[in-house]
Amino acid sequence: MNNKEEIEDLIDSHEEDFILNVGPQHPSTHGVLHLKIKLHGETVTDVQLHMGYIHRSIEKMCEASSYRNFIYLTSRMDYLSAHMNNQACAMAVEKGMALEIPPRAKIIRVLMSELTRIASHTLWWSSAGLDLGAVTPFFVGFRDREDILDIFEETCGARLTMNYNVPGGVMYDIHPNFQRRVKEFMKKFNKRHHEYDELLTGNVIFQGRMKGVGYLSPEDAVSNGCSGPVARGSGVSCDVRKWLPYDGYENVQFDEILETKGDCFARYQVRMKEMLQSAKIIEQLIDNIPEGDFQAKTKNVIKLPKGEFYSRVETARGELGVYIISDGSMNPYRIKFRSPNFCNLSALKHMTIGGKIGDLVAIMASLDLIIPDIDR
Amino acid sequence: MTNEELKNFITAHTHEVTFEESQFLNAFVPSEKIHSLAKYLRENSFAGFDYLFCLSGVDWKDHFMVVYHLTSRKFRHSIVLKVKIADRNNPTVDTVCDIWKVAELMEREVYDLFGVKFNNHPDLRRLFLDDTWGFPLRKDYKDDITIVSL
Repeated sequence: MNNKEEIEDLIDSHEEDFILNVGPQHPSTHGVLHLKIKLHGETVTDVQLHMGYIHRSIEKMCEASSYRNFIYLTSRMDYLSAHMNNQACAMAVEKGMALEIPPRAKIIRVLMSELTRIASHTLWWSSAGLDLGAVTPFFVGFRDREDILDIFEETCGARLTMNYNVPGGVMYDIHPNFQRRVKEFMKKFNKRHHEYDELLTGNVIFQGRMKGVGYLSPEDAVSNGCSGPVARGSGVSCDVRKWLPYDGYENVQFDEILETKGDCFARYQVRMKEMLQSAKIIEQLIDNIPEGDFQAKTKNVIKLPKGEFYSRVETARGELGVYIISDGSMNPYRIKFRSPNFCNLSALKHMTIGGKIGDLVAIMASLDLIIPDIDR
Repeated sequence: MTNEELKNFITAHTHEVTFEESQFLNAFVPSEKIHSLAKYLRENSFAGFDYLFCLSGVDWKDHFMVVYHLTSRKFRHSIVLKVKIADRNNPTVDTVCDIWKVAELMEREVYDLFGVKFNNHPDLRRLFLDDTWGFPLRKDYKDDITIVSL
C-alpha cells in the first residue's frame, strides 16, 4: 500500500486501528524487511510483508554464469550459512555429473558445515538477547563466533563468504593447524556453553517474553512450509540430515532435537541444543579425517546433461533446496533456490496476529530470519 | 507408495496426467485440473502430500511451466507436479494456496518474476519489484542497464 488515500481509507474503515511501519531499518527485523502492522490498541490485527529492498535476482544472475561460478553467488544469500549454501549447489551439480566425491572431502564438508551451524546459532543467540534487552550475550556470543571465523579464515581465506565447496569436493586441503585449532575451540566451547544458559535461558524476564508467545501448531508449521528449528520447535521432525542423509551424515551419531511446545522458547531451546549436537558431530569426525584427495578430478568446463537435478541440505535455518534445470549447455537454463527463510517467513503472519506488538520482536528473534536469503 | 502405485493412484483420479521419471516422479497435469488434483493429493489419507517444499516457475520460451515439489511426511514419498501454461500473453493457473498456506508467498514470487497470474489468489501483488517493472526471469526480458549479459 503505497498511496496515501488507500491508507487513509483503511484507517477510516476501522476507526480505532493504527498502522505502524516496522523497518526496513528497524534493528529487530535483522535487515531490510518492512512490516506494515495494523494495530487495535496494542493488539496486532494484520501484518503485511514488504520485501525486495535487497533483491539482487541471484536466480537470473546464475543463468548467466557457469556451473562453477554460480556457487559463489549463493554465499550471499544466507550469509551465515554460506558453507551449506555452497554445499547444496555443489551437490546439485555433482548429481548432474553423477560424480562421487572423495571421502576426505565429505568429512571436511561436514566439519565445516557443523562449525558454521555453531557460528550461526551463537550469532542468533547474541542478537536474540539484544532484541529482548540483554546486551551482554552479544559480547559473549561474538567472542565464541570469532574463534570459529578465525578457523575458517585460516583454511578458506575468508571469514563470511567462504566459497570453499566446489563441484567435486573442496577447493583446497585443510590448513595444517585446522585439527589442532578446532580441538582447542571445542575444548573452550564445551567449557563455555553453560554460560549461555546462565546468562539468558534462566533469566525470568527473558522467559516471560518467550514462553507462550508466538504459538505455531505442527499442522500450521507443515502447511506453511516451515523447516529447521522453527518447525522442530513445534515438534515436526524435518531434519534433512536425518531424513535424506548426504555427504556422510548417515555415519555420525547425533540426535534430531524436537520440542513440542511450539512457542518462541521452544524454538530457542531447539537451537541451544542443536549447538551441542553439532559439537558432538565435530568431536566424532575431527580425529577421523581420512587421507586421500580433497577433490575429485573434474573438467575445467562443466556441462550437465539435459534434465533436472534437485539437492536438499539442512542449513542453520532449515531446508535449502537447489533446483537446477539443464538444457545441456554450459550455463544452467534455470535455477531455483528454495530458501528456508522465505518459507519460515510465511508463518510470521500466523504467529503475530492476535498477539501484542511487543511480542512481535520476540517472534522475529525466534524465527532467526536472514533477509538476503528471502529477497535473493 | 512406490512410483508405480503413485501413477495408478493419480491416473484413477485424473486420467489426462502423463508421467516421466527422473530423480522424482514427474506428473504433467493439465492446467485446469491442478487444483482438484492437488486437493485430492493433500486430503486423501493414502497420499497425504502435506508438505509443498518448492514451487517454481520456468520459462520454456514457447510456454510457461509451474512446478510443484510435494512430499508426504507420513509416507515419505515425493512427487513433482508440472503444469504447462500455453498462453504466453495472459498466463493464468489456479492457485493452490487454500491447500498449502506457503503457496501464497511462493505464488506471489512466481507472479513477480514471471507474470503468471494465479486465479483466486487472495493477495496477488508484486513481491520484490515495482508494478512498473517487467518480468525479469522471462527469457525475452530485456534489461536496459544490463549488468548481467545473457
